Amino acid sequence: MVILKNFCYNNREMIYFDKVSKIYSDDCVALEDITLTIGPKEFVSIVGHSGAGKTTLIKMLLAEESPTKGKVFYESDEVHKLKGKEITNLRRKIGTVFQDFRLLPNKTVFENIAFAMEAAGRTDEEIEADVPHVLELVDISKKIYSFPGELSGGEKQRVAIARAIVNQPDIIIADEPTGNLDPANTFEIIQILKKINDLGTTVVLTTHNRGVIDSLGKRVISMQNGRIVRDDKSGSYVL
Amino acid sequence: MFITKVKRVFRAGLTNFWRNGFVSLSSLVVMFIALFIICSLIFMSAILKFSLQEIKDKVDINVYFTTNASEMDILSMKKSIESIGEVSSVTYISSDQALVNFNERHKDDSLILQALDELDTNPLTASLSIKAKEPSQYEGIAKFLTDQDSSAVNNSIIEKVNYYQNKVVIDRLTKITDATNNVGLWVAILFLVISIIITFNTIRLAIFISRDEISVMRLVGASGRYVKGPFVVSGILYGIVSATLVLLVFLGLTYWIGNLSKTFFVGLDLFDFYLKNFGQIFIIIFGSGIALGAISSYLAVRKYLRV
Repeated sequence: MVILKNFCYNNREMIYFDKVSKIYSDDCVALEDITLTIGPKEFVSIVGHSGAGKTTLIKMLLAEESPTKGKVFYESDEVHKLKGKEITNLRRKIGTVFQDFRLLPNKTVFENIAFAMEAAGRTDEEIEADVPHVLELVDISKKIYSFPGELSGGEKQRVAIARAIVNQPDIIIADEPTGNLDPANTFEIIQILKKINDLGTTVVLTTHNRGVIDSLGKRVISMQNGRIVRDDKSGSYVL
Repeated sequence: MFITKVKRVFRAGLTNFWRNGFVSLSSLVVMFIALFIICSLIFMSAILKFSLQEIKDKVDINVYFTTNASEMDILSMKKSIESIGEVSSVTYISSDQALVNFNERHKDDSLILQALDELDTNPLTASLSIKAKEPSQYEGIAKFLTDQDSSAVNNSIIEKVNYYQNKVVIDRLTKITDATNNVGLWVAILFLVISIIITFNTIRLAIFISRDEISVMRLVGASGRYVKGPFVVSGILYGIVSATLVLLVFLGLTYWIGNLSKTFFVGLDLFDFYLKNFGQIFIIIFGSGIALGAISSYLAVRKYLRV
């Protein structure tokens, strides 16, 4: 394991899945023997039909789920060996965007983003300065005091992205971020994610939107029935 | 940073309390009912205690002395009775006082008074009226008196101890007061447990609604304590607001029925009782409210933190 850890770290691989399987029951295998590396500043799309195992893969990385077999590394840390506070610290290095936005409904846009900063132990001065800045970046400054219920789907997703990037994480994980959006909003959200990647943040995107993948021209990992079936450096949506 | 965090937790708790209007209202109503029951139990126990005391106070035993017993002997016996731990008070009634009392009691009955006048001497003897702290202790006291008197064989001064005539009534009374106390205690415990369970479940449901929110908070990197804090603060607020309302409602209620209770319970003014014991009642109600809110919230959130 020490050798493996050194391998990950020395080769500056950010994320490493080592023969990971997730088996709920004999009939229900979510992931099977997944080996995968993701490097810093990469933009990786994971594609596949519903039930292919994309979300399970992401949940493994966030320590939401534990693998039945295999190991998951984030830099030099084996994710599923981390304890309470260490998991919290890991999650602070990862910004997450979900298909269903998952904003806190009783907090305003400002408070939703401030919450992530507060959780990371940032000062009030930093919060006052950074929140408007990040909202400007995702172009939703006008809605700073609105509640999530008062926003459209596209606006909610922008706020979710703002929340994910505000602590300047090493990596952004976007789990089907455009699943609930119309084509215009989809395009804009993908442009924002590209911009974030250009600024040096690793982006892992799961989607089953062919148009999005084809327009990106970045690395594509295709999944089927819990297995990786293709891993193309500059791929397109092929299943 | 610690102070900033505490400040943020309190601010978030207050905001949640205010913004989750409907959820807060339902939690408040249930907690109000729970605290109302607890406060009612305090008053019930006071009424019960007062009523039982009233009944107990009506019971005493009298020791009648022989006519040749000197006042000195009687007073020395009074002193030795007073030294018994179970005795609450001893009153000496001299034969002259007994006569005055008799005349007063029968002042409208000329036949009896006339009969008394026929006698040359005062036929009434001196007596000691003894009140015990508990009705069950009368038997022991009566035994003590008989033992002491029989040890002075040649100089027996006790004519009669009326405990033996009243034994059946006193025993029954002891049983009734003990049973009432026991039943009262179990009823109080039952109501207390029911109200705690209902409050706990309501707060658990209120937090159940927020379970997705809790998981999101964890996923954006909030520590368990930082997530729990605002919920506990909201729980404490439910407690404080409901406790204040209960105390105010009881202030009005006791003021309203104060005079009525004075007549009904022969002297127990519930308003007066409330004012005199306000400190204690305040601590019990506020303490219960805050503890119920905080503990229920703490336990309920803990369940959803395992993300």
